[in-house]
Amino acid sequence: MDAVVETHQLRKSYPGHEALRGVDLHVPAGTVLGLLGHNGAGKTTTVRVLATLLDPDGGSARVAGFDVAREPHEVRRRIALAGQYAAVDTLLTGRENLVLLGKLLRLGGRGARARAGELLDRFGLTAAADRPAGTYSGGMRRRLDLACCLVTRPAVLFLDEPSAGLDPASRQLLWAEVREQVRDGITVVLTTQYLEEADQLADRITVLGAGSVVAEGTPEELKRKVGGEWLGVTLADPADVPAAATALGPAASDVDRTAGRLSLPLDDGMATVAAAATALSRAGLEVADFAVRRPSLDDVFLALTGKEKAA
Amino acid sequence: MILTETAALTGRRLLRLRRSPGELLAVTLMPLTMVVVMGYLLDKTIVMPGGVGYLDFMMAGIGAQVALTAFGTSAVGMADDLRGGLVDRFRSLPIGRVPVLLAQSLCDLLLTAVGMAISAAVGWLIGWRIHTGILPALAGFGLLLALAFLLAWTGILAGLWFRSTPAVNSMSGLVLVVGSFLSTAFVPPDGLPGWLHAIASWSPVSTVSTACRRLWGNPVADTGTSFAVVHPVPVALATIAVLLAVVMTAAWRLFRSAAEKPR
Repeated sequence: MDAVVETHQLRKSYPGHEALRGVDLHVPAGTVLGLLGHNGAGKTTTVRVLATLLDPDGGSARVAGFDVAREPHEVRRRIALAGQYAAVDTLLTGRENLVLLGKLLRLGGRGARARAGELLDRFGLTAAADRPAGTYSGGMRRRLDLACCLVTRPAVLFLDEPSAGLDPASRQLLWAEVREQVRDGITVVLTTQYLEEADQLADRITVLGAGSVVAEGTPEELKRKVGGEWLGVTLADPADVPAAATALGPAASDVDRTAGRLSLPLDDGMATVAAAATALSRAGLEVADFAVRRPSLDDVFLALTGKEKAA
Repeated sequence: MILTETAALTGRRLLRLRRSPGELLAVTLMPLTMVVVMGYLLDKTIVMPGGVGYLDFMMAGIGAQVALTAFGTSAVGMADDLRGGLVDRFRSLPIGRVPVLLAQSLCDLLLTAVGMAISAAVGWLIGWRIHTGILPALAGFGLLLALAFLLAWTGILAGLWFRSTPAVNSMSGLVLVVGSFLSTAFVPPDGLPGWLHAIASWSPVSTVSTACRRLWGNPVADTGTSFAVVHPVPVALATIAVLLAVVMTAAWRLFRSAAEKPR
């Protein structure tokens, strides 16, 4: 499939700091790319170059068939950007924000108002439509921000840390909205610090560390490299560790005698959890903490680079 | 194209103004207070050379001071938009860059026009008069608005440069005080030390004030013979045009690279 977003050896430096050191990306039409990385890894810089806000210092980037440095205006006609801060005018109402964008995008007064009404409806903001956006909750503001991106249908949607600062319920709602855009055929590039978010939304993940691509693949491929979920057990009395290790069998690993911790890979999923719970209770051991753990971004970096944190 | 975009963005600015009447109040109350305090309460206390009335002298200065407030409103507006990410959104849209900046300056121009109208009305009520005709009267206000437009763009430049609302807020106070008192807006410049006198008489605030006094038939009270004092209208127009070209170009370039600085 043709790439809608493609970069070759993209470079960008700020005074005293090399933000991008040759980044290659390839995003086929209608797919979601997750850019995963810590703060300062180059995620935001990449998105800002792709959205024509920054000129690259080297390499090239094409978005929706146009070069970002040479034909920025053509690129802007085909993209939408939701930055890290919900960029809505807080003194204007939700409706006025959308109407303003509609007018700027040449829908005309009547067209802009009609489109604003549709979007408010679709994003569940009709009840709050005529309140200043400054009175919105974080989740509502994000939804309005996303609605602002869809006033005219973009070919590519850039989302910079879309769920930063959102509670779990708002995050779920936002993810559902993003999935719906993808079903409509929009190509999405999103940045995130959370492996789970990339796993939920992205078809492919590019892991960035210190301005370079550290790894690239489907969420499944990356997780296989990192290892799957595991069960973490903390005992009330650290002296019980040998007994617990015997009860859980030879698969138990990472035994920490002083903290009273053990972990168990979840090869059989929930069946392993049930078996472990039964075994511990039969042995009469008091458990302080018993939880399923997922690999974090730090674990991804540890597995992919062997370094604790790529800063 | 530029027109529809500018109209839409100016509409946004005006909506904001309606939602935060504090800004409107500040811009209109300040000159109102100045007119009442200086023109009404101090009119008899301040003795002008040649025995002319102070109220008639200072009204042009009040107009220039209203023009100076355009610096603060536009600087704060620009800094707020940069911080809130709105500038990023506008820059990622397929619209020109001119309308974003132009809308800000037009809205500030409108604000200062309101401020000038209010102070002129109050000044008239307490006895200030224009002694010439309607055309010179309008020409005077035109010059004041040109000065306000220059200051609005200077404010845009400052907002883009400092990108911090508290910083530009305190700067706008400085511009207001230095601008209005290092000029002939409120005092005849004869009392100033020599080197300041030269700066003060060529400052657009001074030339516009003097030009307005001439155009309105109000006392000029500047006995100097420098070119700027003798020909205030062409000097005011020329300096405003040159400074506007410089400031607009700089603001333009800064806006283009506004995203270059890492946050």
